[in-house]
Amino acid sequence: MEQLELRDWERRCIQEEPPECVAACPLHLDARALCGQVAAGRWDQAWQVLFRTLPLPGVLGRICDSPCQARCKRSEAGEAIRVGLIERAVADQPAPRLRLPPLPRKSQKIAVLGDGLAGLTAAWDLARKGYPVALHHPGDAPGAALASEFPTLNAEIVAAEVARLASAGVTFSPGATLNDPAYLAARRAENDALLLDLAICPGAGLDLTPGPDGSPVQDPALGLTSQEKISAALAETSPVWRAARGRWAAASLDRRLQNVSLSAGRDQEGPRPTRLFTSLEGVKPSAALDPADPLAGYSPEEARAEAGRCLDCQCLECVKVCAYLERFGSYPRKYAREIYNNASIVMGMRQANKLVNSCSLCGLCQEVCPSDFAMQDLCRQARQDMVARGKMPPSAHEFALLDQDFSLSADFALARPQAGQASSAEVFFPGCQLCASAPAQAQAVYRRLMATRPGGVGLLLGCCGAPSLWAGDDARLAGAHDQWRGAWESLGRPRVIAACSTCLKTFAEHLPEVEAVSLWQVLDPAGLGRPAPGLTLALHDPCTARHAPQVRQAVRELLAGLGVAVEELRLGGERTECCGFGGLMANANPELAREVVRRRGELSGRDYLAYCAMCRDSLAGVGKRSLHLLDLLFPGLAGEDPAGRPRPGWSRRRENRSRLRRELLRDLWGEEEAAVPGQAEIKLIMDESVAARLEERRILAEDLRAAIARAEAAGDHLVHPETGHRLASHRPHQATFWVEYSPGPEGFVVHNAYSHRMTVVGGGRL
Amino acid sequence: MKAPTPRPEDFAWRCRQCGEGMVAAPVTLEYLGNQFTAELPRCPRCGLVYISEELALGKMAEVEQLLEDK
Ligand code: SF4
Ligand code: SF4
Ligand code: SF4
Ligand SMILES: [Zn+2]
Repeated sequence: MEQLELRDWERRCIQEEPPECVAACPLHLDARALCGQVAAGRWDQAWQVLFRTLPLPGVLGRICDSPCQARCKRSEAGEAIRVGLIERAVADQPAPRLRLPPLPRKSQKIAVLGDGLAGLTAAWDLARKGYPVALHHPGDAPGAALASEFPTLNAEIVAAEVARLASAGVTFSPGATLNDPAYLAARRAENDALLLDLAICPGAGLDLTPGPDGSPVQDPALGLTSQEKISAALAETSPVWRAARGRWAAASLDRRLQNVSLSAGRDQEGPRPTRLFTSLEGVKPSAALDPADPLAGYSPEEARAEAGRCLDCQCLECVKVCAYLERFGSYPRKYAREIYNNASIVMGMRQANKLVNSCSLCGLCQEVCPSDFAMQDLCRQARQDMVARGKMPPSAHEFALLDQDFSLSADFALARPQAGQASSAEVFFPGCQLCASAPAQAQAVYRRLMATRPGGVGLLLGCCGAPSLWAGDDARLAGAHDQWRGAWESLGRPRVIAACSTCLKTFAEHLPEVEAVSLWQVLDPAGLGRPAPGLTLALHDPCTARHAPQVRQAVRELLAGLGVAVEELRLGGERTECCGFGGLMANANPELAREVVRRRGELSGRDYLAYCAMCRDSLAGVGKRSLHLLDLLFPGLAGEDPAGRPRPGWSRRRENRSRLRRELLRDLWGEEEAAVPGQAEIKLIMDESVAARLEERRILAEDLRAAIARAEAAGDHLVHPETGHRLASHRPHQATFWVEYSPGPEGFVVHNAYSHRMTVVGGGRL
Repeated sequence: MKAPTPRPEDFAWRCRQCGEGMVAAPVTLEYLGNQFTAELPRCPRCGLVYISEELALGKMAEVEQLLEDK
């Protein structure tokens, strides 16, 4: 990923955009954070929020006219949050000791002329920037006029903030004759720059050219006058706007004195639009709280209650629907940065490998994102990049890739026109997982297609390449697709009938020359099974059918024809969720995949109906009763209680594929293949707990047999004198398998097996 | 890699071919181009190395993970 691409990704996720209240505030006070602290009763932290943004918080906090409220998101569900009253309640609390970070003193002297809110704000900001500031004011006490203008203020409150100014280094010149040109001329002579609060000091005699509105201000947003070293804040009615004018005029003066760009980076100043999206789904409307004593404002309890109505506006739409995004504790904008950093690491640990490899690539995030952020694209690109640079952890996807290799090997792959035909108009491609999970159903479907389709239906067994696509392994994907295309072309490029949505999606995106339809669009249900009336099932769409409305529709029509009532899940159709298998999540992060499918299963108490074999098996794997659509159409092939049948294990899934191929070859084409000699004859015996453990460790029967066969032939294993158990090791690929077993009259009893990836240099021999 | 010291029960296994008991010996392990030495039970005659389940799923797995993320 390039820097620029990172910026694009980051810009796309709007989670860090300000909420409406913050964007609407001329000073961008963080009202969201303020409400959070107040609702939790953390008054000191609430004070900090005021102090971080507001000049003279004790004053402004009590008089702000809160333009934020007009845009508060809460008003779309009830009434806006009374941020102004909440601020005032905070200001009424004793202020904690707030410390200003000491700044290097600057030497340029500035006089602020006028002690209105704008002048006081400018003095506050400039003093905090390290300038020696002298505040010239007509009366005795600075800011005294504010105390009489606003009933919520008094002389003491103003004096407390003035004291803060003094401790920041501001000096005061009372009795200033601010309308006297001579007085102003003297100030100009003794200072490097002047700042005028136009509400108090119109700048008589300073030779300022009148601006568009007749005041000396040429550019109201920046507070510029016709003279470089004189800034001016327009007079305003709104208190917060007065402060804002003072702040911006001060910022311009500072930039002039520092000789930096006047405007760079300032386009975000003042009220602005925001792109933040906040869902109101599930938000109950509520009215604003009126203070019991309107003159006194909110009591602390009232302020907490009102702040508690704040929606804490955020987006997080994707995080709400994705256990994976939630698990890693943040949101896509941050993830984009982590993934970028991960790729840039030269030395040291790459912390985000797991993040990159755990996404199921299901695309739900993009579906719900108001800004079209596609986490699946980000993760898949990152995987491709890791593979290309040799940085993909070998263990992340290996098991699934070896399984793909198996499906493409002579153990399973096959391409034939319909028996008795030289070529067929169509070809059935059941995919790997249906054959792995329910080979009898795959056979039944094929026979049915042959019997009902007019132009004959050939058979293509193999793999669509999805595992390598998900793993980001482009070379392997190209190999798989070359092989697939070669087989399909050898059949005369027939139309493909695919049983699996993932295969269809893979063809559409990567083999566009292939015309493919879903089995559900062509399967004629007449005369097939029909469940007893009154059956209602919760329908689980596979994530790869998200953008295949015609497939989803065909399934619903089939079900309607069967008299099955469908419960649509809250997240279904275009918004369906992955079963945890997609994107090889179950390989890279098995524990998270279980969590994902467990959550999926909890959306309804009814039995589920899936039309992807892997979805059904994943659901069954966490104990969720689930049927496959074929269980209804071909009843009796999946036992007494098909919804309760367990998910076949990894070894069984391979055996099922091989056997399916052998049986079809024998029964339809009259070809008997010699049984695989040797290993297959090794009979394994293990109890359920051992079998479950090996399933979890993804150790296949084939690995056990190979290890035992090798050790028995070579005799180079270990023996345990007490138990008589033997221990053999074998390294067929990138892992060494250790099998503890004992020979018995019925076969080999397997007691345990485990694996590791490291090798012993020299192969463990002297 | 700092392998945990082999436990007494790890020495119960015997090499079938040589009939020898295991003795602790330095063994070089390798993963993704990284090598390290650990004391592991080994047949003194033919050199057959025993790797226990505890070691394979514990320390070894941990180090493998670290090296994969390096
Ligand atoms: S609900 Fe809260 S966060 Fe959202 S705009 Fe209103 S005050 Fe701000
Ligand atoms: S693609 Fe799916 S799993 Fe990945 S982040 Fe998006 S919603 Fe989550
Ligand atoms: S849905 Fe997710 S990715 Fe999209 S803007 Fe919101 S937080 Fe960001
Ligand atoms: Zn030996």
